[in-house]
Amino acid sequence: MTPDMFFLLASILFSIGIVGLISRRNLFVIYMSIELMLSSINLLLATFSKVLDNPSGSVIALVMIAVIAAEAALFLAMIIHLYRENRTIDSDDFNHLREGA
Amino acid sequence: MLSLIVILPFLSALLMALVYLSNTKTNRYFFYTAIGVGTPAISAILSLVVLFELIGGSDTIHNTLFEWISIGEFNISLAFMADKLSAIMISFITLIGTLIHIYAAGYMRDDESYGRFFAYFNLFMGSMLLLVLSDNPIMMFVGWELVGLSSYLLIGFYHHDSSNIKAANKAFILNRVGDFGFIMAISLLFVSLEGTGFTFDSIKANISMINPEMLSIIGLLLFVGAMGKSAQIPLYVWLPDAMAGPTPVSALIHAATMVTAGVYMVARYSFLYVEIPDIGLFIATIGAASALFAAVIASFQNDIKKILAYSTMSQLGYMFIAVGLGAYSSGIFHVFTHAFFKALLFMGAGAVIIALHHEQNIFKMGSLKERLPLVYITMFIATLAISGIPPFAGFFSKDAILITAFASGHYVIWAAASFTALLTAFYMFRLIFSVFHSDSHETKELHHLPKSMTLPLVFLAFGSATVGFLGVNEAYGGSSWFNNFLGLPDIQLHIPHATEYILGAFNVSLGLLGMWIAYKMFAKDAKDVYADTIFKTLAVNKFYIDELYELFILKPIVGLSWLIANTLDPKIFDRFINVNVWTYKKSAVIFSKLQNGKVRYYALYILVGVSAMSYYMLFKLGVVS
Repeated sequence: MTPDMFFLLASILFSIGIVGLISRRNLFVIYMSIELMLSSINLLLATFSKVLDNPSGSVIALVMIAVIAAEAALFLAMIIHLYRENRTIDSDDFNHLREGA
Repeated sequence: MLSLIVILPFLSALLMALVYLSNTKTNRYFFYTAIGVGTPAISAILSLVVLFELIGGSDTIHNTLFEWISIGEFNISLAFMADKLSAIMISFITLIGTLIHIYAAGYMRDDESYGRFFAYFNLFMGSMLLLVLSDNPIMMFVGWELVGLSSYLLIGFYHHDSSNIKAANKAFILNRVGDFGFIMAISLLFVSLEGTGFTFDSIKANISMINPEMLSIIGLLLFVGAMGKSAQIPLYVWLPDAMAGPTPVSALIHAATMVTAGVYMVARYSFLYVEIPDIGLFIATIGAASALFAAVIASFQNDIKKILAYSTMSQLGYMFIAVGLGAYSSGIFHVFTHAFFKALLFMGAGAVIIALHHEQNIFKMGSLKERLPLVYITMFIATLAISGIPPFAGFFSKDAILITAFASGHYVIWAAASFTALLTAFYMFRLIFSVFHSDSHETKELHHLPKSMTLPLVFLAFGSATVGFLGVNEAYGGSSWFNNFLGLPDIQLHIPHATEYILGAFNVSLGLLGMWIAYKMFAKDAKDVYADTIFKTLAVNKFYIDELYELFILKPIVGLSWLIANTLDPKIFDRFINVNVWTYKKSAVIFSKLQNGKVRYYALYILVGVSAMSYYMLFKLGVVS
């Protein structure tokens, strides 16, 4: 398999993540889209590490996996908190940034 | 010392204003009188010291306080200069000013705004002194404006009456028209001098570098300023209305300060006017027209103060005839003598008005000869002086002007001036006979006149009778001391003594004729003018000049303002702005749709931004094309 395939896969994963982030309203799905994008970046890092024969890329990918795990805990806690406060997980209901809302 | 003369009145005005404002209700008669009358007296003493120093042969005194403005070539110092001309001016301004202040202390005694009055009064004096003593046109302009301001304050002194405020505004606005000419003139002067210094001395030294056309424009514009201040046609209409102020104010405006400023200014710029005799002739023509015109109106008025106001305008006309024809010293000499008798006339009129409980119509007065003997005698002397009867002061100064007019060959001006002399005697004796001689059935108790109001009259009567001898010319056995002392660039006219005697006799007989006519008409039984002919109707109504101004100047301006306020402003300018505002509002609505508070939309914007940035970077790197 050539690295190109990995780049393509990473791009597809990232695009799916973006589209999910923008088009879906369920907070869980948004969260999963973000995770998907992060994973695609991880994949890209690992691929470059292999292509350039430089282990630091893989190291960063490993660090990121740890960070993503921590972030996942935070994220889920936030979603639960938001649900308890508002009894909804529809992201469009959280539009407090809008002026006059 | 020179600066003290100017600064003291300003300081005392400030002090009195502060004290007055601290408590407007308290009656501090003694304090205000001491400060308000004391300061001009000190200025008068200092001015006399300066004058005698100059008489003693010392050079022009300069006194620089500090540099006020310094921008490139434009250097203006707060500096004073006392040459012979300004020394004469400040001497009689402060002397007569002091007498008027003493008189005002009696006249205004019971006024509740006594302190405010004296604060304004001292400000007026200080402004005039600043105008006269300044050594450059800019400082002179500052004084000029301050005179306008303080006259505005004093004319509108009884501000509870809206007609007084109107009169004050009229004076101020008409003076503004003149000031426009003045400031244009000094600006042109500065530009034409190309930065070779801007004091009177250096202007005089460099006057030859300005071409004659420019000089004519400057001279004409300066005279526009003089027209406003000195109440000449066409800017005179404020002067009769200025009678709205207290009588001492009228005395001060007409005798010592304000109206003489225009004549002084022309004399101050005599080095300039010498170069442009055509403009001088124009000035003399305006002067003659004003003199005659005012004398005709004065002959048909019945308000004692208005008669005197028009008489001032008429006498100012004489002064402008003199300075216009190049006889600057004669003009200043008439300013000098006029100050004495006109101050006296106004103060006498004020005394009569007070004694009769504020009656101003001369035909409702009468038989005051026995009841107010002192006022009668002093006013009679002043009237003789203004009518040009020898040996009183007015004869010598007026005679000099008439001789100049005759000798210069401008016979129309001379004829107008001579006829004015006749009218002057007529309307002045008309006033005297109506007020003091004619029978009156009025027996009301006279209001008491304090000593402070009558004593200055005696001093001024003495002055009116004698100051003329300072300027007796060769024909009458004198040496023209006054003219020689001033040393102004006078025109040299030589006519035989015999002609001078004939002219002198002619003038005196004109004066006596006017007196006789007035005696016939008014001494026994004074009646108000009946407007039975067209001419009389015109004259009684001051030739409807006020109405004409209103119709041709005021109405169009008001109409234009209305037009602009109702069409141009709301329909064009406001609409332009409103359309702008409307556009912003509409576009803001569109943009506000973007900020809907939904996170995923914001994520989309970030994506778009990052994509665009990435694309740009890739494009720059040459990866895509």
